[in-house]
Amino acid sequence: MTALLRRDLKLAVRAGGGFGLGLAFFLIVTVLVPFGVGPQSELLSRIAPGILWLGALLACLLSLDRLLALDWEDGTLDLLATSPLPLEAALSIKALAHWITTGLPLVLAAPVLGILLNLPTAGYGWLVLSLLLGTPALSVIGTFGAALTVGVKRGGLLMSLLVLPLYVPTLIFGAEAARRGATGMDPLTPLLMLAGITAGVVAIMPFASAAALRVNLR
Amino acid sequence: MTLTIRDLCVARGGLPVLQGLSFTLAPGQALILRGPNGSGKTTLLRTLAGLQPPLAGQIDGAEEQIAYAAHSDGLKAMLSVRENLTFWADVFGQTDIAPALDAFALTPLIDRLAGTLSAGQKRRLGLARLLVTGRSIWMLDEPTVSLDVDAVAQFAAAVRAHLRAGGAALIATHIDLGLESEVLDVTPFRATQDTRAGASDEAFL
Repeated sequence: MTALLRRDLKLAVRAGGGFGLGLAFFLIVTVLVPFGVGPQSELLSRIAPGILWLGALLACLLSLDRLLALDWEDGTLDLLATSPLPLEAALSIKALAHWITTGLPLVLAAPVLGILLNLPTAGYGWLVLSLLLGTPALSVIGTFGAALTVGVKRGGLLMSLLVLPLYVPTLIFGAEAARRGATGMDPLTPLLMLAGITAGVVAIMPFASAAALRVNLR
Repeated sequence: MTLTIRDLCVARGGLPVLQGLSFTLAPGQALILRGPNGSGKTTLLRTLAGLQPPLAGQIDGAEEQIAYAAHSDGLKAMLSVRENLTFWADVFGQTDIAPALDAFALTPLIDRLAGTLSAGQKRRLGLARLLVTGRSIWMLDEPTVSLDVDAVAQFAAAVRAHLRAGGAALIATHIDLGLESEVLDVTPFRATQDTRAGASDEAFL
């Protein structure tokens, strides 16, 4: 299992691996929003938690397309499915690799980009914490979407449509936790809900993903 | 471990392609699959490898025993020959990749990226993967595509060594590998019209 994780991380940072794509998209969104909204620092600090969460979510979505498609094209998925590694474990590892290469950089970049959006000082810690709790769910749900649409030519559109509604609860509670933190309210309830969603999908989704992938490999 | 197939019926896209297929594959035995394009050789191999369920029939002795090699080799262009092989060895719980490199003369290429190899060299690397799986039954789908004469000889030698070590091989191929093997022609087992009608529901499930 560590072999698969190491390979995925290695592939991500080598040429053409797509590492940094999500990060660049996140940067572009948060840099451009102030230009679009105009120079109203109060409005910006009010919408900052929501914009940062939305940017992170879309950045995550952007890289899901490649999560399984590359392994499908070169036959690796067939061979993995016949290996001693259970497909559920393989997909969990791939989701973890996706989170390390996409979700984690977003979490680390968010406070820096928060400055651009005039995020209130009290909000930084809660923003990072909510993203840290929420982004693993985005990767795991995304793996399910990728497993459902693997093998479909230009399946990215279909996958986005399938995955977006599943992302809604994570976005609601994540952005709410960050917003409450930024405005000095108690963010504990949405944070607990967010952590619950993440724990739930991490436990259940790999089985759904593996089942979907088995059907697609036939 | 002997692989026993009884009255197997395999389907592709919900339509049965082969039916009533029975054979056994004992340790040390190689079986060559023949049949025209589209006769179901690949579907049979995929079913035996566990990638798709059979429509009917029994497969015994295949659990965790099969190393499958398809048309595509599962290689990563941005990883070196060594990294590609080591990855598959790790996945199958093996550590030594040297015999596999030797068998297919890949040692001089060990630090080249797989993306820079020629088609034949990629194929050799894909076949070397079989040696690092440690599995006893090889299921090979057109293994000699894009191999030159020397490489085919290397491959035949690797299969012979595998058989001597008590392994077995099921090979779909059109060329003569010079192995002492039985030939199974799948043409007589092609599914007939009425079994097609009976199983057409699957496409709608």
